[in-house]
Amino acid sequence: MSVKLNWIGYKTLVRKEIKRIVRIWGQTIVPPAITMTLYFIIFGNLIGKRIGQMDGVDYMTFIVPGLVMMSVITNSYGNMVSSFFGAKFGRHIEELLVSPLPSYVIVAGYVSGAMTRGLIVGFVVSLIAMQFTHIAVHNILITVSIAILTSILFALAGMVNAIFAEKFDDIAIIPTFILTPLTYLGGVFYSISLLPEFWQKVSAFNPIFYIINGFRYGMLGQSDVSIGTAYVIILAFIGLLGGLCLWLVHTGKGLRS
Amino acid sequence: MQKMALEITDLIKTYANGVEALKGVSLSVEKGDFFALLGPNGAGKSTMIGIISSLVNTTSGEVKVFGDSVQKNRSNAMRHLGLVPQEHNFNQFETPLDIVVNQAGYYGLTRPLALERAEKYLRQLQLWDKHDKPSRQLSGGMKRRLMIARAMVHEPELLILDEPTAGVDIEIRREMWEFIKGINEAGTTVILTTHYLEEAEQLCRNIAIINHGKLVENTDVKSLLASLDMETFLLDLREPMSVPPSVEGISTRLLDSTQLEAIIPKERSLNNLFSALDQAGVRVLSMRNKTNRLEELFMRMINDDNQDKTEGSAA
Repeated sequence: MSVKLNWIGYKTLVRKEIKRIVRIWGQTIVPPAITMTLYFIIFGNLIGKRIGQMDGVDYMTFIVPGLVMMSVITNSYGNMVSSFFGAKFGRHIEELLVSPLPSYVIVAGYVSGAMTRGLIVGFVVSLIAMQFTHIAVHNILITVSIAILTSILFALAGMVNAIFAEKFDDIAIIPTFILTPLTYLGGVFYSISLLPEFWQKVSAFNPIFYIINGFRYGMLGQSDVSIGTAYVIILAFIGLLGGLCLWLVHTGKGLRS
Repeated sequence: MQKMALEITDLIKTYANGVEALKGVSLSVEKGDFFALLGPNGAGKSTMIGIISSLVNTTSGEVKVFGDSVQKNRSNAMRHLGLVPQEHNFNQFETPLDIVVNQAGYYGLTRPLALERAEKYLRQLQLWDKHDKPSRQLSGGMKRRLMIARAMVHEPELLILDEPTAGVDIEIRREMWEFIKGINEAGTTVILTTHYLEEAEQLCRNIAIINHGKLVENTDVKSLLASLDMETFLLDLREPMSVPPSVEGISTRLLDSTQLEAIIPKERSLNNLFSALDQAGVRVLSMRNKTNRLEELFMRMINDDNQDKTEGSAA
């Protein structure tokens, strides 16, 4: 009985989140599409022509997986952090906290909403990329599964940020000072083989490096790391952050007085 | 055995900053009751409501809603409960219909039923013509009624209203009273906090007063009012007076030359006062209670309790 009730609660929460994404499409879908189009034109087309090839493929094709992943990462994270913190700040998170919904349904509902935006934007960016270069997906299962898992991972990370945030500045600090640098240094625009040995070793500590390379393997069939390692790293972080989110929502840290 | 709607046992709440909001409150509310929870600002009412609705964690003690423990079986306890909070806590960018339908979904109502119930309550609370407008466009009174519709959509057995009529005009307030009375008559247990003591006196059958995190009084409204031994009246006089009439057992004073205040013990007759005024050749134009009867008792209890605290700390 409660499974059925919780399922209805989950669907309601996901519908509400999707409606929010659609209601403010000018903020959620359009800006990343414009930004990525500029990346493709400037880095891929103009500068890329001079660079030539990277790891055996032309530079435009090389950067496509990284830019798609960058969109998935920033939009999953951004959707969660703005929606969840907005609900906390506006106090309408209380609608959920006083309801009978268990913590895992609240976490799952918000994560599904954030995943939806991350994957929609990732799909839109892929369509834009197709206007600039031909992409033959090497392994559709790996490509899709890495995209889905990545959106889950960064939705969870966004939730942790939103739970601990007390003011709007707190939800801008992590994306600006941690997420963006790690994404740029995760091999979106270059192969790790270009780096000196020391920086190659440093890159090995960047989880986003594995995610981008895992996705690149799925799309292009080539990667700086093994696909197995990428899955293990992503799943380990999902387990860690998922457990943390469940514990935080269950105990009410940052949510209940 | 009939379940109690609410059982609170030895409830203690100490916030992280050291403030002791509740200091061992025990209280029960019977099924079907219309119950007033009163107390001055900062007495601990909102903390208590926060704990009942699981928005605030307890330091110790237990709360049961229709037999289900909020601390041990939160989901089941919350299914019995509807909450109308003091502050607006809905998404101002969503429409009233979405807000109410979503809340129904969180309680497991199917979408067709949620839509049906949302329309029913939005119509009853005269909000249907605004159902598809962004809720930020609603007036203050409409926002309060929206929170009542949201709390009622899953038809809870216990409805808690935290100052539902604060800041709304008298016409809307009376309409809200009628609505809430109707809900109670239909079987829903209602707990109300309010600063309008007239509201508590007119609507509620039982009452609890808390002050400084402790229960000061917990009884039925009739017994409480019966314990009132003095009443204060204001009399508007046709002719001005310079000296208040002296009447045995009644304390009188002039507020101005045509307004007389009389504090009359319950066992005394008002006739004595009118006789004295008649003898002085003063005619009374009108007479009214200076304060609401419950308000008089409330102020006395709170003042007595505050005095005890002061003396206790001085000792």
